[in-house]
Formats: sequence, structure tokens, C-alpha cells
Amino acid sequence: MGFFEEAKYIIKQNIREYGMYIALAVIMIIFTISTGGLFISSRNISNLINQTGYIAVLAVGMTLVIVIRHIDLSVGFLAGFLGAIAAILLTRTGVPVFLTVIIVLVMGLLIGLFNGYLIANVGIPAFVATLAGMLVFRGALLLVTEGTGTIIIPNKSFNAIGNGYIPDIANIPGVHLLTLILGILAIGFYIWSEFNTRQNKLKYNFEVLSLKMFVAKIIFVSLIMGYITWILSGYNGLSWTIVIVIIVVAIYHIITTKTSLGRHIYAVGGNPEAAKLSGIDVSKITLVVFGSMGALAALSGILYTARLQSATTTAGTLFELDAIAAAYVGGVSAAGGVGKVTGSIVGALVMASLINGMNLLGVGISYQYIIRGAVLAAAVIFDVKTRNKRK
Amino acid sequence: MSDYILEMRNITKVFPGVKALDNVNFKVKKGEIHCLVGENGSGKSTLMKVLSGVYPYGEYKGDIILNEQIQKFTCITDSEKAGIVTIYQELALIPEMTIYENIFLGHEIKKGRFIDWNETVIKAEEMLKKVKLKINPSIKVKDIGVGRQQLVEIAKALSKNVKLLILDEPTAALNEDDSENLLYLIKELKKQGVTCILISHKLKEVISIADSVTVLRDGKTICSIDCDKEKITESLIIRHMVGREIDDIFPKRRKKQFGSKVLEVKNWTVYNPILGREILKDVEFNVRRGEIVGIAGLMGAGRTELALSIFGNPLGYNIKGDLFVMGNKKRFFNPKDAIKSGVAYVTEDRKGNGLILIDDIKSNISIANLKALSKQGFLNENEEIKVANEYKNSLNIKAPSVEQKVGNLSGGNQQKVSLGKWLFIKPNVLILDEPTRGIDVGAKYEIYTLMNELVEQGMSIIMISSELPEVLGMSDRVYVMSEGKIVGELPIEEATQEKIMELATN
Repeated sequence: MGFFEEAKYIIKQNIREYGMYIALAVIMIIFTISTGGLFISSRNISNLINQTGYIAVLAVGMTLVIVIRHIDLSVGFLAGFLGAIAAILLTRTGVPVFLTVIIVLVMGLLIGLFNGYLIANVGIPAFVATLAGMLVFRGALLLVTEGTGTIIIPNKSFNAIGNGYIPDIANIPGVHLLTLILGILAIGFYIWSEFNTRQNKLKYNFEVLSLKMFVAKIIFVSLIMGYITWILSGYNGLSWTIVIVIIVVAIYHIITTKTSLGRHIYAVGGNPEAAKLSGIDVSKITLVVFGSMGALAALSGILYTARLQSATTTAGTLFELDAIAAAYVGGVSAAGGVGKVTGSIVGALVMASLINGMNLLGVGISYQYIIRGAVLAAAVIFDVKTRNKRK
Repeated sequence: MSDYILEMRNITKVFPGVKALDNVNFKVKKGEIHCLVGENGSGKSTLMKVLSGVYPYGEYKGDIILNEQIQKFTCITDSEKAGIVTIYQELALIPEMTIYENIFLGHEIKKGRFIDWNETVIKAEEMLKKVKLKINPSIKVKDIGVGRQQLVEIAKALSKNVKLLILDEPTAALNEDDSENLLYLIKELKKQGVTCILISHKLKEVISIADSVTVLRDGKTICSIDCDKEKITESLIIRHMVGREIDDIFPKRRKKQFGSKVLEVKNWTVYNPILGREILKDVEFNVRRGEIVGIAGLMGAGRTELALSIFGNPLGYNIKGDLFVMGNKKRFFNPKDAIKSGVAYVTEDRKGNGLILIDDIKSNISIANLKALSKQGFLNENEEIKVANEYKNSLNIKAPSVEQKVGNLSGGNQQKVSLGKWLFIKPNVLILDEPTRGIDVGAKYEIYTLMNELVEQGMSIIMISSELPEVLGMSDRVYVMSEGKIVGELPIEEATQEKIMELATN
């Protein structure tokens, strides 16, 4: 097989997976051209990613929820409510930031577990249980912010979670050195892990990419990683939000692809009956998934509150739908059992790029909603069409 | 006028990468019962889908000639208008609707713009009479047995003025009584002038009912036999189906040596809280090392329930009684416990609760025993592929790779994946529930051979089966169940089909 034939074959085989990356690239290129390069500027990309953070962490959790054939509508206002709790803890009780974060995360976890309990053990449909939760948390958010209205948070280290950047080790104007170094380390790690995987496969005598294709792939991905690093280092460097999102995605990616727990989650989504008869505790998996969703909702609330430097009475409105849309755009299947955490992140970035790009172009809000809806529909149509083809 | 109601000429249907039908010719005489047989994947269902318009005109090559006219069906409605109705293996009834609603679903009787319910009920009763089903049409479909549901499907077909009725494996899910009843009804319909195409794996049935038999193999017509002119036998059909003679459908075992009791239940009484009654009463049975124990009985005798109640009780029955595994008293609270103790259960419903169809072969094989492939919580995916390949080879699973989606495999290969999954937990006791249901003769033989190998290596097998020849051909001992009780235990030397049926029906 020649080089280009192999490339063609690989793309054809993985069109579903690559489709989103290609879509993201196309969207970014279109906006870059139409804004005369403004879109791809360091400052804008940095902002764009930071704005996506609180939806991205929700989309990660939502991916698993949808994979096991459920839905969680409560996460938006849960995030808003827990953000307000964080604000209250910080401003009125003087709990230190570190402890505040822990308390809020644990609260989210417990609330998520309670949702999971209602769904897995009591047998309430997830749509209804979490719809109830949505109303309850909306009320709860209003309740705690009623007296004061918006709660301003004067705490600098808390606000840094949503606005701050990692410190630099040297003072070079225009370049964030630590970001560059971390980026290079990440590229090194990527190349090492690719080689490692290849070496292991060869040990088992499995088929691998031809050496040419392998090198081409590594160079391609490394260049992209390098470019992103370069852009980010051009404006304040890595933000704490990005660091948090990367850590969350890495953890969930590893859990879903490399552990038994991950396999069990996909098995429950693929066929709950079969999973049960294979010795998998379906209720436990449901509890774990909703528990994690709750904790991530708490994290989302912290990121959002820190970004606004305040807790507002409407915080969290429609977050859940943005997260669900990101997951669907990212290739998660509503029929269950299919969908990647990384895909949902790309989905979140696609949606965020659309908003950001259209804002730069001055597209009216009415058209923005219509276009976002059309993109969501198109993504799902693409997904369904390519799936039928593979049969 | 020609004798033929239907002629399909040189039908070719190509799927990406596969020629499912290759110049198939198929002729059906007016008023006959025509059986279509062939191994899984031989093209029977595809041919019928071409006929009924599921694959519309233009997607296949060749001609469909119905009543001497070339037909160009673009959808199922077209073929139904021409009088062709297909009843699929998976029944297309809505469980929550009543019988009369179901019968006229899609072609409701209307007075003006609204449904005329009185007329509907009267007409439904008429149709039910035709299929000899005495039942109140206002009962919901979910509340009647699968045998009666099948009859309701036929009544629905009759209400559409069916001329050519296609039945796809209609008796696969029925017990002997219901099957006989259904076959009798098909003969009755023939008298009323309905032509019938019957797809079946049960060759006995085919021989007893067919006027003509057409055999397909690998998407080609192998032969068409007119039963008036030529005598048909099972071995003749099998020879055409597989292209080879299977002298002995049941392979012989080299050695038969039984050890101590590996699994035993005593005073096993099981209450199903959903149904609100006892489904098993005082069941006692055992299986020894190196033995195949057959459990025979009619559908609904409680055989699957027995298996599930032993295998960790996933449906939440209330159980009284004692279970002994390797001589130790045990209680399994979920399938995981059972798996840990070396008990495996291969379900009768591999698509429903056996396999994850959207996943590939390797993850289906590994799912019940991921621990064996993990180190410090992390899966070794290369090891997984290696293990899956081992089972793919040893079980002769026909697929391009272990990354193939299980949903794309044929029934026989799916069953092998299901077996592979459970063999990978290295069980002591393997419970097989209808291990060869809906799979072709070749794959059946392979599974029988595998069962023999396994018991020779010291495994014990409990085989639940509705096919008596299989029970008699494979078991060392036979238990017969009826209405939740063990009603007889027969050493294989004494067991005959007649004896088993007698026990099962009493």
C-alpha cells in the first residue's frame, strides 16, 4: 500500500472520529480568514478556551451519563447553586479557598450520588429525576442569593482559578517560557507514548502503521500541539482553567479507555441486561457515573463563579443544554454505549468557536442561536449517516 | 395462466463487499406451502426482503413477477398492496395495545375521518376465528403467550387480504404444542387459498409440511424440490444446505468418566415477586464432573428461571433452598458471585442479554473477566486482542478480525463469541441455555464438538434445550421439567423422545 492510499484508508476507517476534528479545523480556518486573523490571535484563543472551561468539564461528565443511556438536566443550576455556596463560604464564613473547593466538590459528589440513587435504586427515569433536581437547585440558588443578590468575591486566589495564569519562570516579553517548556514536555510525552504503544504492538506481532505513516502522524500531531502551545505562550500562557480541564480530561480519558471501570460503563450503555449477566453491578455503575457528574458540576460552578468573580442569581442557566449539545456534537450516541470524553471536549470547542467567531464578526444573537442549532443537527445527522454506512 | 403465483428471476443483491444474492431463481406455485431453507447467511432473509420491498426496486438486479406481472416495489406498503405480507421472527406487535388494535394497526377501519371501533372489534373477532384463536380481542398483547401472539400476527396478515404469506422462522420461539398448532393452521390457510413461504431451520417441520423446498447456499439457489415428485429427507436437505453429508449430527465422545458432584441444588423453591407466584417448586438436581446434563421441558416449564436463579439471581427472585458448588454450600447474590465460583451461564437470548452488539468481538469476550487482563487496574489491550484471537481461532469464529462488531456477525458466530466470553472465565460448570437456537447445521456441529471437548477436559455442562434430538444426542442424563418442577430424571439409555414428551406434558 502506498503512502497516500494508506492515509486515505485510515481516514476512511476513522471518519466518524476524525470528522469532529476536521469540522473544528474548518470552523477555525473559516473564522480566521473572515476575521483577518483576529480569531487565531493568542489573546482570542486563550479567551476562547478559558470561556469553554466550565462547559467542558460538564461535557466530560455528561458524556458518561449519556453513554449509560441517561441524561442529567440538573447540572446547570447545580453548578450555579454550588458556585453560590462557594461564594458564601468564602465571603461570610471565611473558610479558606482550599477547604471551600473541597467542601463544594464533596457536596456535588453527594448530590450526584443522590440523583444516581433515585435513578438506579428507586427506578425513577433520569429525565424526570434530574428535571426535578433542576427545579430544586434553581430554587436553592435563588434562596441563597435572595438576601444579597449578586455576591461579589474579593478573594484573589479563588478568582485566579477562573482568571489567573500559571506563573512564569523567566521574564521574556511576548513569550511565556514555562508554557513553552510544558508544551515541549507534552510533545515529548506524546511521542514517547506513541513509540511505546507501537513497540508493544510489535511485541505481540500485531499490525501497525507503516513506519512512514507513523512518523507522519507523529510529526502532524506534534506540530499541532506545538502551534497551540506557541499561541498560548504568546498571551499570558496556560491559564489555571486550562490546566484543570486538561487534568480532568486526562483522568477521564484514562479511566474510560484503560480501566475495567471504563469498560463496565460502556458495557452498561451498550446492553445493560448483558452487562448484568456478565457480573457487572449496573446500579453501582449508575451511581458512580452520576456521582462523578455531580462532582464535575461542582467544579463547573467553581470555575464559573471564579471567572465572574461573583455568584449571581442566574448562574448556571442552560449550562446543561450546552454540555449535552457538546457531547452530541462530539459523537456521543443517544442510543448508549458510544462516545468519547475527548470527542465531547472537541464538541465543546466547536460550539465555543462558533459563538466566539460569530461574536467577532458581529453576527446578531438571533442568528447565532439558529446557526448553533443547525450545527448541532448537522453533527448528529453526520453521525447517524456514517454509522449506517458502517453496517 | 401459469401455475406460479410468484417468480423471482436472476435476483442479485450486492452489499458493500458482499454478494448476498447471486442470480437467485425462486418460483412459488399458487396455493402451495413452499419452504425456503439454508444455513445462516445463505441469503434467505435477504431474498425475502427483496420480495417484500424492504430493499426497493433498483437496489437489486433481476425481476419479481407476481401473477405474471413484473413488480417494482419501492416499499413494504407496495408489496402489501399486492398481497404479500411478511411475519418476522421478532414479532411486530405493540405489547401495550389490545389484540384488535394490533390487528388493524396501519390499516384502521374508518367511518369518515374517525376509527370505527365497533366494526374493528367485530372484524377482529372474524380474523381470530380464521386463525382458530378463541380469545377476547380486548386483551392486551403483552398478556398473551408468544404462541398466541404469533397467531395474532397471522390474523393481522389475513386482515390485509394476504395472498402470499411469508413466515420467517415462525416456530423458533414456540414450544412443541404451539408449533404444531401453527403448522396445522398454515395447512388450513392453504385450503383457503393462501400461498405460504416458510423459512425454517427445523427440518422435521419442513418435511412434514412442505409441498416444495428450495435450498439456498451462499446466495445461490442450490435446488428446488417438488415433494410430490421426489421424496425428501432430512439428510437430503442437509446435504444440499452444507454441500456435504453430515453422517452423524451429534459427534461421539471418546471417553465418559464422571467425577463427584460439582453443582447440586436441593429443595430449591423460587418465588417471583413480579408475577406473585412460585415459579419453581422443590427442585433437586445435580451435575457431576465431566458430565453433560440435559434439561428438557416445554417453554414456560421454568428451565431458564432455574438457570437464572442459580446464576446469581439477576431478576431478584425470592429463593429458598440449598445450593452446593464443589461440595460447599453457597449463596450467590449476583452473577458476579456465581462467576467467582466458576459458574457460567450462556443465555438463550444472545442478542437481548448475551452480547453487546455495538461492541467488537474482543470486548465482548473480555467483558466478564477483565481482571485477568488488568494489572494494577489498567487494562492490557494487547493481551486482550491476543486472548480474543485465541478464542476466535479455537472456536472458529468467522470474522475478518476481533475488531469486528458482533452485531454484524451471523447467529452461529455470535453464539461462538458468547461461548468464548464464558469460556474465558474458565468455569467449572457451564450452563447452556438453548445453545444452538437459530444457528445453522454446520455451526451446531462445531458447538456440539466443543461441548464434548470441554467435558472431556473435566468441565460440567448443564444444557437446557427444547430440541429433543439435541437433548438425546448430547446428554449423559436428562432431567425433565414441567410447571416449575422436575418431573423426571432419565439416564440417557432409557430416554426417548416419547418418554420425555410424556413427562413434560403431564
